[in-house]
Amino acid sequence: MRTIRIGSGAGYSGDRIEPAIELAESGNLDYLVFECLAERTIALAQQDRLKDPQGGFDPLLADRMKAVLPICRKNGVKVITNMGAANPVAAAQATRDIAKALGLTGLKVAAVTGDDVLDQARNSDVALDEGGSVKALGNRVISANAYTGAAPIAEALAGGADVVITGRAADPALFLGPLVHEFGWAMDDWDLLGKGTMVGHLLECAGQITGGYFADPGVKDVQGLARLGFPIGEVREDGDLVVTKVAGSGGQITRATVTEQLLYEIHDPVRYFQPDVVADFSQVRVEEVGPDRIHVTGGTGTAKTGLLKTSVGYLDSYIGEGEISYAGVNAVARGRLALDIVRERLTLTGVKMTESRFDLIGVNALHGDALAEGRDPYEVRIRVAGRTDSLAEAVKIGNEVETLYTNGPAGGGGAWKSAREIVGVASALLPESVVAPRVTFMEA
Amino acid sequence: MKLHEIAHSRSGDKGDTSNISVIALDMGDFAFLAEHVTADCVAQHFSKTITGAVTRYELPTLGALNFVLTGALGGGVVRSLALDTHGKSLSSALLEFELPDNGASSGSP
Repeated sequence: MRTIRIGSGAGYSGDRIEPAIELAESGNLDYLVFECLAERTIALAQQDRLKDPQGGFDPLLADRMKAVLPICRKNGVKVITNMGAANPVAAAQATRDIAKALGLTGLKVAAVTGDDVLDQARNSDVALDEGGSVKALGNRVISANAYTGAAPIAEALAGGADVVITGRAADPALFLGPLVHEFGWAMDDWDLLGKGTMVGHLLECAGQITGGYFADPGVKDVQGLARLGFPIGEVREDGDLVVTKVAGSGGQITRATVTEQLLYEIHDPVRYFQPDVVADFSQVRVEEVGPDRIHVTGGTGTAKTGLLKTSVGYLDSYIGEGEISYAGVNAVARGRLALDIVRERLTLTGVKMTESRFDLIGVNALHGDALAEGRDPYEVRIRVAGRTDSLAEAVKIGNEVETLYTNGPAGGGGAWKSAREIVGVASALLPESVVAPRVTFMEA
Repeated sequence: MKLHEIAHSRSGDKGDTSNISVIALDMGDFAFLAEHVTADCVAQHFSKTITGAVTRYELPTLGALNFVLTGALGGGVVRSLALDTHGKSLSSALLEFELPDNGASSGSP
């Protein structure tokens, strides 16, 4: 039975690049996947595209492609990525130009489009999960992107693409696409599509399954996090999976690292909704079959819903923030006094906030006072954050924290402030019939 | 004893909903975890932190529980005013949960 090897070269847009180079060089891979899109990234990318019609794709695309394309060409590794963000065609053109400059003549790049459903969402006045509708958001709406599936990625590969660049494809679909292409899995074989989705789900966060985001000294020790190896999935034609990594790289793959990642961002494990299938991870078994080799079985799936999750980006509000630190004896009391002063100042000066928080970092900023009781730190940092309807109002919040330097409690240091526009993201469900994925090929 | 002694955890976010896994460090402790770390306990533990409900899913083949907390992230990662907008540190907050001391935990007969 055939097996293919898929490496995961990025778990988010800003991820390390060397582990991907290591995978391309030494992973004996068939495919190298870069998953680089978060919920809001595409809305921000859409804003970039409005400013520059050739922009709107991942800012690290060029760095990544320059680093791996020559090695992938040499080793026969195909690259799949959602770094196209809001502009897959421009990303593909940029990649083709890089390939040309590197002398990789004939390299075939495919762009997958069709996830941009802003017009469809506006025309059908889609309801939002959070309440309200696209119509009600009016001209605050920036973007609407549907999560697309594995089929157009498989189509691009069948058309001979060496590099496939998508926009808002569902993260696991970046891995399911090559499996469907290589093994000819039917798009209604829910069991295999469920297994392939599990492969994608486990690999898509890269280092999060190889010991990254896991270490807890003395309890869960991990060696070599500064040179963490990224994962490789060895996937058999029947969906059987072994997760491993390049020998000698940092980190570790164990039953525990795999189990943490399997449940990461999962709600009901019986129903993990994806464009191509509803995956079922409830009966998964995880078994160590060698050092850094974990066998994962028992994933399956049921029929897809026919609805695609759609992320709607909109101009939401502004957030102003300020921070300053206090240390030593009575630090917490001075921090609390500082917060009281800022609270009063924001009222006195009439700063219009729709929501605000007053935190003591080191005491209660993450989970409130209840869980922090009875623990006093050496130093604290106060943090004031407020939501406003304009940037000018947001700026005032940080200013009121900064003025604690000369007007607040003794010994405040390291003041910092910021004010920024907030792009919100709401979710909707669109029937898949309104989304028409398209593949565009180009050659270096 | 704290949950941290017999379990590990990771939290993830989708919109304003957080999920927190609780995984037995030793498979033998799963039944004890399932008995003592209920949805109600977790809702109580986070009563000052979240505004929504807690649902628990059981994964006995993995020795794991998965908790789903709605209204947990101040509106979600993209607009929350919180320092930890993703709620990534909620896993550590749950591992603070106090369990009864238990003879059945790792290594004991």
